[in-house]
Amino acid sequence: MPVYKYPMPLASEITSHSDYLNRRTFLTGIAGATGLAMTPFLGEGSAHAALKAGKSEFSTDAKPTSRQDITTYNNFYEFGTSKSDPAANAGTLTTRPWTIEVDGMVNNPGTLDIDDLLTKFPLEERIYRFRCVEAWSMVIPWVGIPLSALLNKFDVQGSAKYVAFETLVRPEEMPQQRSLFPPLEWPYVEGLRLDEAMHPLTIMAVGLYGDILPNQNGAPARLVVPWKYGFKSIKSVVKMTLTESEPPTSWNKAAAREYGFYSNVNPQVDHPRWSQATERKIGAGLFASRVDTLMLNGYADQVGSLYSGMDLKKFY
Amino acid sequence: MVLASIIKRAPTWLVYLAGFIPAIYYIWAGVTNQLGADPIATLENALGEWALIMLIAGLSVTPLLRIFGVSLVKFRRAIGLVAFAYVVLHFTTYLWLDRQWDWGAIWGDILKRPYITIGTLAFFLLLPLALTSNNRAISKLGAHSWRKLHRLVYPAALFGAVHYALLKKTWQLEPLLYVAAVVALLTWRWVAKSKKRRQAELAVSS
Ligand code: HEM
Repeated sequence: MPVYKYPMPLASEITSHSDYLNRRTFLTGIAGATGLAMTPFLGEGSAHAALKAGKSEFSTDAKPTSRQDITTYNNFYEFGTSKSDPAANAGTLTTRPWTIEVDGMVNNPGTLDIDDLLTKFPLEERIYRFRCVEAWSMVIPWVGIPLSALLNKFDVQGSAKYVAFETLVRPEEMPQQRSLFPPLEWPYVEGLRLDEAMHPLTIMAVGLYGDILPNQNGAPARLVVPWKYGFKSIKSVVKMTLTESEPPTSWNKAAAREYGFYSNVNPQVDHPRWSQATERKIGAGLFASRVDTLMLNGYADQVGSLYSGMDLKKFY
Repeated sequence: MVLASIIKRAPTWLVYLAGFIPAIYYIWAGVTNQLGADPIATLENALGEWALIMLIAGLSVTPLLRIFGVSLVKFRRAIGLVAFAYVVLHFTTYLWLDRQWDWGAIWGDILKRPYITIGTLAFFLLLPLALTSNNRAISKLGAHSWRKLHRLVYPAALFGAVHYALLKKTWQLEPLLYVAAVVALLTWRWVAKSKKRRQAELAVSS
């Protein structure tokens, strides 16, 4: 099998230097002028793009799902288990100040501030297919930063093999964290193998449709790993820890037989209770047919080599 | 009692009318594209949930009479038929909109997916009940065997509720409340029946 070479455009090819600088001024301008009011202002979803992001060769040509559907049909169990709960309840989440702690097997442990993520890193638009383990799918225009660019700031140690991720715990703002019958154990935790985390497709998303991320989609920063089922793309991240052993993951803890550590999109490996061979395309309407699910969600050329020699039925 | 006289005067077609309001609403909303991002699942789930609600309503008729003295017995056939209509609509949504008559996939689901296996069993348990919910069938079968046959509604309702609990990604409160409701109704029935049997035995021996 020929080795696939990722297209690696230079950052300057994507965004000109002057645009890049302008974006900074523009953003710091907004942040300075409106202070804390920034979140609700941008969160309203004004028609113009608030974030300036370069295009990416990794984006699909498929037509993105409507903003309405992407922001009203969510799984974010901290805010409730029905698809409409996050949009209804996540308004209470305060996303400033917000830092992501990076620790574990790194030589420079430290923190990332959300405003630095928005202003000090080149943002890219990544239009990705998104496949939920529940057999529905969307096409989502994320804005984000390759995760490798963030992790590299902290000088990852050679013996680190995994990255563990953690979501915010704030029961005052997240109703299901106060529930007597929580659907999952908190905090929500996820993990990737280091090579998966460093893969150029893996991003920390900070925006959607050119605006900052709406709360229900995992504001202010969430992971996006487009070849894995959606629940791997952990939301509202507050911590990343480099580890040597495989970290625990929330859905695996809830039902190990049904949700593995890898959870790669794979039409040939069914969920024990339903088939993964096909998916319903969100936004296609009442009479639309299902479409076939693609191996690794259509990213097999880019990421297939990460799993060569592995039995994907065993490492589901 | 005012309630009793209202119930006495209310025609049974009211049950059909009120019972089908949710179905008409959901189907209309679906066809006019107002069911949100995932209309097939929304319609399928809503019809399934109403099927379960109606089955539970039907099972509640006897306890309501025995415990509270409120008799809805004359509505019971209508409630049961409305419940079955929801099951049929739910099943049709699955076969048509969800699976698009892909019989290979449907057969695979029925054999391999426990929650669909159980749902299908519930459907086939209810089918003979719906077919015999008319006066001719009662007189043909005789009251005794008719009543015996219609006890199938208990496993059917239980299967319906378990089907719901099994299809969520985790154990969630709402489906478990439905399971609890059905189990409570079945338990009540069982306790009431064994009490009656004991009383009958006492009456015979004294
Ligand atoms: C007595 C019979 C049945 C009852 C009471 C029932 C009830 C339900 C309920 C309450 C739900 C979930 C609603 C929710 O999530 O809010 C559901 C979902 C579902 N039912 Fe049934 N059901 C029955 C029979 C069937 C049959 C015969 C099939 C197909 C063979 C079926 C297929 C499904 C499917 C596929 C879903 C999940 C839809 C999704 O993907 O979200 N059910 N049902």
